[in-house]
Amino acid sequence: MHLIIIKRLFHGIPVILGVITISFILMYVAPGDPVFALVGEYYDDATLENLRHQLGLDRSLIVQYSAYLKRITTGDLGISFVTGRPVWDDLAEKFPYTLQLALAAMIIAIVAGISLGIFSALKKNTVWDKLSILLSLTGVSAPVFWVALLLILWVGVNLQWLPPTGYGGLKFLVLPAIALGTRSMAMLTRLTRAFMLDTMNEDYITTARAKGVPERWIIFKHAFRNMAIPLITVIGLDFGSYVSGAVLTESVFGWPGIGRFALNAIMKRDFPAIQGSVLFMAVIFVLVNIMVDILYAWVDPRIRQRITDGT
Amino acid sequence: MPGWTHESVNGLPMGRKRIFRQPFVVTGIAMVLALCLAAVVAPLFDSPTGQNLVHRLAAPGSENFLLGSDHFGRDILSRIIWGARVSLRVGIIASSISLIIGAILGTAAGYFGGKIDAIIMRFTDVMMGFPPLLFLIAIAATFEPGINTAMLAIGLVSWPSMARLTRAQVMTVMSREYIIAGTAMGYSHIRLMVNHVLPNCIAPLLVAFSLGISGAVMAEASLSFLGLGVQPPDASWGVMINEGKDFLRVAPWISIFPGVAIALTVLGFNLLGEGLRDVLDVKG
Repeated sequence: MHLIIIKRLFHGIPVILGVITISFILMYVAPGDPVFALVGEYYDDATLENLRHQLGLDRSLIVQYSAYLKRITTGDLGISFVTGRPVWDDLAEKFPYTLQLALAAMIIAIVAGISLGIFSALKKNTVWDKLSILLSLTGVSAPVFWVALLLILWVGVNLQWLPPTGYGGLKFLVLPAIALGTRSMAMLTRLTRAFMLDTMNEDYITTARAKGVPERWIIFKHAFRNMAIPLITVIGLDFGSYVSGAVLTESVFGWPGIGRFALNAIMKRDFPAIQGSVLFMAVIFVLVNIMVDILYAWVDPRIRQRITDGT
Repeated sequence: MPGWTHESVNGLPMGRKRIFRQPFVVTGIAMVLALCLAAVVAPLFDSPTGQNLVHRLAAPGSENFLLGSDHFGRDILSRIIWGARVSLRVGIIASSISLIIGAILGTAAGYFGGKIDAIIMRFTDVMMGFPPLLFLIAIAATFEPGINTAMLAIGLVSWPSMARLTRAQVMTVMSREYIIAGTAMGYSHIRLMVNHVLPNCIAPLLVAFSLGISGAVMAEASLSFLGLGVQPPDASWGVMINEGKDFLRVAPWISIFPGVAIALTVLGFNLLGEGLRDVLDVKG
């Protein structure tokens, strides 16, 4: 297992290097001179030149790139034009909020999605089944920011059950987590339903039934175990996206995470913050994907064998 | 189309008869046709930017405003119908960009193999290393916001999955006898790729293209909602939802109806794509 972890981490290195390069190129080709964001309204040519020299913007592309790489390896993501603080500090401060939201969304999606999927499969072709299919189709098709606004309107404003926006205790977490988790919940419902309908006709399930094993035991012990890989795929991919910045949800609910921080940086053309957050989120995304690969190997011995053999 | 005759399982001919027996495909086709119809008849409706402050925030069902009006007195129904043009245009063009880039790179990777395959696929891995929405926002924000930037950004972000799909498909086709025969007859690489390899990969790409349109519609709406896509006063469903969020308490219809339009459009293309997947026997 250690070998698998090392192999997967090793595979992540070129991807991360590529991400660093692309985020550098993106900022390099961006129209407009970043020094204008620093000088304010009154400036002269000498001030501009001086600043360009200080920031190293007057040097060649290769020199700038190597200096950028060197800075990143020491954890220096630059100073934000807007907050005046190291970008790394800002990101480290915002990340726990994003993680909290991502975890809550995933928990809601897993619990609700799988329960609804099992329920739908057990009630196949009834009105309940059709309702849950409709719910899951809507969940996959509806834009997250629209779901977020509907939740704010109905649950937050009309019913006043929960605070519509902002950050505070657990009650502030519920609506953003539901909005963010809706799509995953819908996907998991469809996946679980389809899987249950396929699996419940398998011979080993019939055998278990013939042996008098209780239905609940059959579902969770026999049928559900085989669903681990597709489940990890959906959960892993979505969790990777959430934890690397739920930009839309955070901006609608005013959630103080890295997604909102990145969006603010983009709107204010705060170049170091944009570059830093893109890089930070991409690295998190890559790491989560590596963890998902490792989880595959942990769950399925066949995958473990393939990776160890290098095939 | 010489390639299509080689293998009707992956081509369209075998599936054509079955298409209309699939309820999902039929529903998807109906929804997509309704969207196309809306885009075509848009000029018959009020201008999406014309203001009428006397009738601002009219409730749905009031005279002349079936779905209500917004804070500038603009008819929501007209703007939704005009917005269909934007969504359809972005969806088709962005998905085409992603299909063209993905098909070229995926075919080259799968056909040549070796170092070319390794280089292209490592580059694809890097592009897939970015969280999609964030990458999209970063590209859109780097350049001048607008519909063209949005289309280009969406196309540039979504090609890697198309490239992977094409490569996998090309690799299965490469071992077929007609490719070996073509090679033995001295056909050029371009001739083999264009006339024989790609046409036999068309079915999964068609499915991915349809699903790609729904993804592009959603992505455009998200960008426009954040102010990085279509710019006001032009009608885009994302812009409409964004403008309506400040009036959520007094006029929720401004945001609700465009959201329904997005959901139905995405659902339509998803149903069409998934139905086509069943009809054309595409796995995965």
